[in-house]
Parts: sequence; C-alpha cells; structure tokens
Amino acid sequence: MSARVATTLRVVQQRSILVLIGLLVALAALIEIIRPGAVNASWVSNILEFAAPLGILAAGQTLVVITGGIDLSVANVATAAAYIMASQVPHGVVRAIVLGLLVGVVVGMINGIGVAVFRVQPLIMTLAMGLVVTGSLNVYGQSDRARGVPVVPEVIHTLGSGTVLGYVPVSLFLWGALAVLLIVGLRGTGFGRLLYALGDNPEATRLAGVRGWQVLLANYTACGLLSAVAGLVLAGTVNAADLGLATILLLPSVAAVVIGGTSIFGGSGSYSGTFVGALILTVLNSVLTLLDVPDAVKQVLYGAIIVLLAAVYTRVLGRD
Amino acid sequence: MATAEATAPAPRPAGVNVGRAVRRYGWTAAVYVLFAILMVATVVIKPDYGPFEWNTLTLAALPLAFAAAAQTAIVLSGGIDLSIGPLMALANVLSLHATLGHDLAYSLAAAAVVLLVVTIAGALNGAIIVVTRVPDIVITLATSFIWAGVALLVLARPTPGIPLDFQNLAQGSAVSPWVPNALLLLFVIPLLWVPLRRSRAGLSIYAVGSDRNAAFRSGVDLGWTRVLAYAVGGFFAACGGLALSMTTGVGTPLAGTLYTLSAVSAIVLGGVSLAGGRGGMLGPVAAAYILSLIPAVLIYLGIDPNYGQMIQGVLIVLVVMIGGIGAVLRRT
Repeated sequence: MSARVATTLRVVQQRSILVLIGLLVALAALIEIIRPGAVNASWVSNILEFAAPLGILAAGQTLVVITGGIDLSVANVATAAAYIMASQVPHGVVRAIVLGLLVGVVVGMINGIGVAVFRVQPLIMTLAMGLVVTGSLNVYGQSDRARGVPVVPEVIHTLGSGTVLGYVPVSLFLWGALAVLLIVGLRGTGFGRLLYALGDNPEATRLAGVRGWQVLLANYTACGLLSAVAGLVLAGTVNAADLGLATILLLPSVAAVVIGGTSIFGGSGSYSGTFVGALILTVLNSVLTLLDVPDAVKQVLYGAIIVLLAAVYTRVLGRD
Repeated sequence: MATAEATAPAPRPAGVNVGRAVRRYGWTAAVYVLFAILMVATVVIKPDYGPFEWNTLTLAALPLAFAAAAQTAIVLSGGIDLSIGPLMALANVLSLHATLGHDLAYSLAAAAVVLLVVTIAGALNGAIIVVTRVPDIVITLATSFIWAGVALLVLARPTPGIPLDFQNLAQGSAVSPWVPNALLLLFVIPLLWVPLRRSRAGLSIYAVGSDRNAAFRSGVDLGWTRVLAYAVGGFFAACGGLALSMTTGVGTPLAGTLYTLSAVSAIVLGGVSLAGGRGGMLGPVAAAYILSLIPAVLIYLGIDPNYGQMIQGVLIVLVVMIGGIGAVLRRT
C-alpha cells in the first residue's frame, strides 16, 4: 500500500470519528431542544454510566469483528457471568467475581477453539455456544433458586453505579482504561496488527508465517473475558442479576461496532469508533425515552435509525 | 445412470457419479437417518408412542420447518436474515387481528392477505440490503427490531381467538391418524420451491449465492435476485407465523423470538452452507423435526427440558465440526 493511500485512509478514518462525534453532539442538542435544561452534568454522568456496559461488551465484539468474525454469544456470556457472580456471593465476594470472569474466559476459549482450530464459522460457533450457555444457565438457575436470591455485592454495585466528585461514574475509569488499552493495543502492538492482518487476508497472514489459530484463540478468549466484565458492570448498574440481564444488548453491541466504522468483513476499524458508537446508541435511547412514545414505536425507531446510520456510513466510506 | 454404465465399459465414470451423489445428497440422507434413529430411540424409551405423540411432534415442528425453509431460501442466495422470528410474529399477530370472530372462508382470505403483507416485509429487508449495500447481518439485526416493534403495535399482549375451523386446518388429521394435517401442510414448501428452483429465477438464487461475480458476469441481475430470495424467505416466514396461529390458536407478539436462532440451527444441521449456493429444502425440514423431537425425548426421559437448548447447541457444534473435519480430509 502506497504512502498516499495510507494517508488518505487515515484522513477518512479521522474524519469519520469527527462525523460520529458531531452526530453525538447533534443528538444531545436534539434532547436540549425537546426538553430545555435536560442536558446537564448529571445527564452526561447518567449517559456515561449506562454506556459503559455496552461499551465494554462492544469492545470484545470489536476485537472479533476486526478479524472478520462475529460473536453472537456476548450477551449470553455477560448474563451468565453476572448471574453466577451474584449467586456465588454467599461463598465470598472475591471468589464470586473470579468465577464470573472465569465464565467469560472459558466460553471465549471454547469459541476460539471452535473457530480457530476446527474452522467453524464464527456465526455458527458463537450462536451454538450462546445456546449452550443460556441452556446451562437456566438449568443452574433452577437448581440454584432453592438456595437463595442472587445478590449484587457492594463493590460491584459501586463499580456499576457509583460516582466520584458527584458526577464522574466509577465505571468510566474501568471503561476508559480498557478503551486506552484497546486503542493503543490495536494500533501499536504486534498482536493488534495481526488482528487486522487476519481480518484483511487470512491466507496471506498464514503465508507470512503467522500461527493464526493462536491469535484467534487469544482473541476470542479476550472477547469472552470482556463480555464477562461487561456483565458484571451491568449487574452493578441495574443492581440486579437475572437470567435475561444482558439479552437486549446483543444487537446494540454489533450496532455500536458497525456505527463506529469497523467493517463487518474485517480488516479495518478501531475501538475509538466503537466507543463513540456506544455513546450514540445510549443517547439515542435517551432521546426515544424523552419522546414519550410506546415501547413498540421506540423499537421501530431504534431499528430504523440503526439502518439509516449504517447506510449513511457505508455510503460515505464507499464514496471516498 | 444405468445407461451411463452401459455405454461406458470402464467402471470409473460410475464411481465418480457415486462420489458426486454422496457429496450432493449424503448429508441430507444422513440427516434423515439421524431422525430415523432418534425416532426409534424415542419409541424404545416410550413404548406407547402413538398417533397423539406423533401429531404433537408435527405440530411443534411445523412453524420451525417453515422458519428453516425461509432461512434456507435466503442463505442459498448468500445472505442471512436475523429477522425471520419477528416476521413470523408479525404474520401471527396480523392473522389474529384479521381472523378474530370470522368464519373459515373469511379467515382463509385474511391469511392470504397476511401472506402477501409479510412477503412484502421480507422483500423490503432484501431491498434495503441491496440499496444501502450494508451487510445482510447488520440490516436484518436492525429490521428484527423494526418488525418486532410493528408486531407489538398490532397486538400489545398475547390474545387467543384464532377461529377453531382455521386452527383445525393444522390440528386435525383428515387422512389418517398417522398422517396429521400439520405434516401435509409442509407440502406448501415444495409447492413453491420445486417450480422456483427449476426456473431461471431459482437458478439465479443458487448462482448468486455460490459466486456473485460469476453470476454477475453471466448476466444475472444481482439486486432483483437477492430481493427475490428475501421475498421467498418472507413468504415462508409468513407461513411459519400462520402455522403458529393454527397450532397455538393464539396471537403472540413475542412468539417468533426463538425461531430466528432455531432456524439457523436447523439449516446448519440440514446441510445448507452458510457461505451460500449449497443445499436444499429437504435437509432443513428434517432438521426442524430433529430439533423439535429433542425436548420431547427429554420430557419422556424425565430430564429438565432446559437441557434442550444445551443439547441443541452441542449438537450444532458437533455437526459442524464433523462437517469441517470431513472437508479437511477431502482436501488432503
């Protein structure tokens, strides 16, 4: 790739993140117009708090989509991690949290083995694992119900919904740290570049001497772990963990990645886009809530706006 | 084949043909063998398995079989539709709205209108994908929200009231107790699919799914063909929604949710390649029966039916892995 093409690409990428931020500001302005005075420090704080679980869930999704895959089990993993954590609290909080995170690691690893070693299509593998996870969780939940109601420990509750200095959500520190790690890691480390390479051209990557299966295995495991973290944060945010906790976040996790400019075919994209994408979706939800329309209409609008955003994005990128 | 053997003295051409037949129909045959084995096992587990249980199975499998057929038509064209379930729910609630308190003749006319409306909704999925050039999976994930929202607008909560005469179209067994109506209704699938597959349009669907560039260079209209595939998917999804109406008698706005993923499971198990262009309708329909039989068997065995989802997931992974190993062995 010549230097000029690379520069043009980078400019487009930088411009597209500016477009996204502009869209975010426009949505916030819309809220301010609908209800003057609504956009203030506590609103921003709320948006960040609710965007954090989605942003972390979409982080795992971004990693997988960059390699040309998709993970349809992220929501199931997040739910399972949160529920198992909450139900294990009587045996110790640390143990509960570790077990919750372990769910993500194990499921991610199995996804990775399926995709990387057995060459199962990511869509099928993660769909099937999603079924296995949800089925197992339902069985676990029924055996568990006799033993007591799941509780969200104080530390998770603080992580998910606490604030520092009145307005800065605690979860933002975790989300921000993960974001920096991902943005820097994807751009600046060999592992990050291998992900792009695998998504762009797996055959060329193999011929270059890369053991693709190891990279993919690590990548899906990371996605599982991030999903579990998202599940724990979400449990803290809503201060509850039930068997359908994160189910509604599956579509938004993919949508945030797509709106953020990561190609679903792999090989290009960034976490900074997904970060703003998650914020846009959360603000969009807030707009729809303010409109005071029935849930059904909200759902239709939400879907329609995602189609519109994705279409505009594809067209804009296609033109350049 | 007999003439081929007669004209060619060397055994080689016949051998090649056998290999091709195995490659082409082997998977489908294996799915039917698996179903037969499961049925035998079921009868062994439950010796008094009779027409009633068989009828229950056909009723449970009918909506899933249509959902699988819908997904098959779309996947063959190289796409995927994650809004199949919501489309079924839409057909389901529309049919309740249209038939509530009416007689059979009116219900049938209403059902035809529902089929038309939901077919158009399916075609709309395809049209949006073709026009915006956004990947299928993204658009249909988003439209799954739209169709589910529309279904909720039509009917806010589960409401019974599908006319009994209309329900009996699926629930009875007019021919013999072992040939329930729900089994006969499956013939809607070949009724549309066999002529389509033999037509130019059907061939185009396969062509577009197996190699889009080659299809384009052969003069296939990619856009229309893909929209057609989504419209056929919409039609079968509508049939699935009507099947839900007939088998349950209830209009449920959230009824379709599970069918999107189950339909993908059924086509994978049924030997349809998610890459497009490979597979048929016979495998997925049998797979729908297998997937519907599993929870029933678990109940007969006295096991928590919640294990059903787990088993379904494990089954899919195993099947795909075996398929993958087969592909690797064939290559070497």
